[in-house]
Amino acid sequence: MSIQAKQEEIIEEFSMFDDWMDKYNYLIEMGNSLEPLDEQYKTEKYLISGCQSQVWLYAWMEDGKLMIRGDSDAVITKGIVSLLLRVYSGEPPAEVYEDDHSFIDQIGLQEHLSPTRSNGLMSMLKQIKLYALAFKTKQEQKDKNE
Amino acid sequence: MSLNTDIQKIRKSFPILKQEMNDRPLVYLDNAATTHKPRVVIDAISEYYNNYNSNVHRGVHTLSQKATEAFENSREKVRETINAASAHEIIFTSGATEAINMIAFSYGEKYIGEGDEIIISGLEHHSNIVPWQLVAERKNAHIKVLPVNEKGELILEKLDTLITKKTRIIAVNHISNTLGTINPVKEIIKKAHNHDIPVLVDGAQGIPHLDVDVQDLDVDFYCFSGHKVYGPTGVGVAYGKEKWLSDIPPYKGGGEMINRVTFEKTTYNDLPYKFEAGTPNIAGVIGLHKALEFVESTGKEKIRQIERELLDYATSQLKQIEGLKIYGEATNKTSVISFLINDIHPYDAGTIFDKLGIAIRTGHHCTQPLMDHFKIPGTVRASFAPYNTKKEIDILVEAIKKVKTMFG
Repeated sequence: MSIQAKQEEIIEEFSMFDDWMDKYNYLIEMGNSLEPLDEQYKTEKYLISGCQSQVWLYAWMEDGKLMIRGDSDAVITKGIVSLLLRVYSGEPPAEVYEDDHSFIDQIGLQEHLSPTRSNGLMSMLKQIKLYALAFKTKQEQKDKNE
Repeated sequence: MSLNTDIQKIRKSFPILKQEMNDRPLVYLDNAATTHKPRVVIDAISEYYNNYNSNVHRGVHTLSQKATEAFENSREKVRETINAASAHEIIFTSGATEAINMIAFSYGEKYIGEGDEIIISGLEHHSNIVPWQLVAERKNAHIKVLPVNEKGELILEKLDTLITKKTRIIAVNHISNTLGTINPVKEIIKKAHNHDIPVLVDGAQGIPHLDVDVQDLDVDFYCFSGHKVYGPTGVGVAYGKEKWLSDIPPYKGGGEMINRVTFEKTTYNDLPYKFEAGTPNIAGVIGLHKALEFVESTGKEKIRQIERELLDYATSQLKQIEGLKIYGEATNKTSVISFLINDIHPYDAGTIFDKLGIAIRTGHHCTQPLMDHFKIPGTVRASFAPYNTKKEIDILVEAIKKVKTMFG
């Protein structure tokens, strides 16, 4: 499924919630079911700064796709990590890098995007884009050399 | 008059409290971060800009004289409020943080050298830690920490073993912003003075709740912010005994702090201007005057009485919630409750509180070393002002129960 298709799916899921409580309960549910990140990656190196809760993001390349795993010590934040992984993990880094993450607005989580919000959704997106850019550049270099 | 009548009367003075937040009446329980401003303060600021905005101490024109008079009247009000011996011992700053930085820098320049020691406490806000670390780094000096017990009180007996011949200053807060602990600053000052060591008290949380008499405390430096005592942001005070302020070098250079400038040598102005380089926050200083008058007319005793009742009520209500742990149970504490609910992350709880219209602080409260002491990432902190009501505490209790269900 493309990034676009996954985002549309999420928008549809969120459109079913009548109030914020349902929305947050869903985020909590997603947070609780997020596959925990291997302890070896819960280090300073993978820690995202700018979050009131701790967030770790780890990424690698597999068959030309950007793979991402993440975790947090707060459940709502974990729910947000889970959303981002669902959209971006397993996608080509160039597409991840170019995506405008407009779905955040459409599911009503834009309040978490403001830089004054300390859950760091902005920082997480930035880190994912940075990983995408790094792997994209690396791949382009490799393609050039071959 | 009943407690609630008193509260409602005070509440009427604060226009902001009428609004709704996320479609619910605003419940503001973040008063240790900043207090709201009564109408008199807001009006005074607006009147200054509308009617006599002008720079202070410079012009001979009437407007400037009017502004200067209002500015200096505020200094006198601060002097009276903390019972300083003289108005020129009151230095206006941008807040408690700048005040502490100023003293740490200026005192440090003159009196702290290689191998010297600075004692701070385990309850300090970052703004009474980092300025001292900067001095220590510059001068190759060391920081020693007065430890905290499990109730969140300073272990005063340890001070005797921490003080050495190399101790140059002790810096401690009057009240812990995170736990509400009221520290025995008078005893600390007495102990310090037995060894001729001066003491700086960070009074950011002290001023809104306690009667502060700097002469009775015999404190050498006392710093606080206007915005935590119903005044504007961007204004604060560094009080220092004249003997220290005359003795230590200025912190910033610029206009107004000079006596005579040539390119070869500058001589400094007298106190307090020596420490007030540049155009000050005139509107803020004028607003602070009104804030202190507001506190005086409300009555500190009345404020404390209401806050004590709110604290006791909240503590008893919160203690009935299973899985809720209160951090900071000092015998002598002010209207602050820090807590955690089971192992729910404070950030998670705070997000839901916000949705329920409750403004409450979550996180480390700029006291990371204290959080490390309790081995927790942070807390949820409710802090009360005399415009808070028991009903608001009931709303908080219901919200805590909701959070428990959602994350349970």
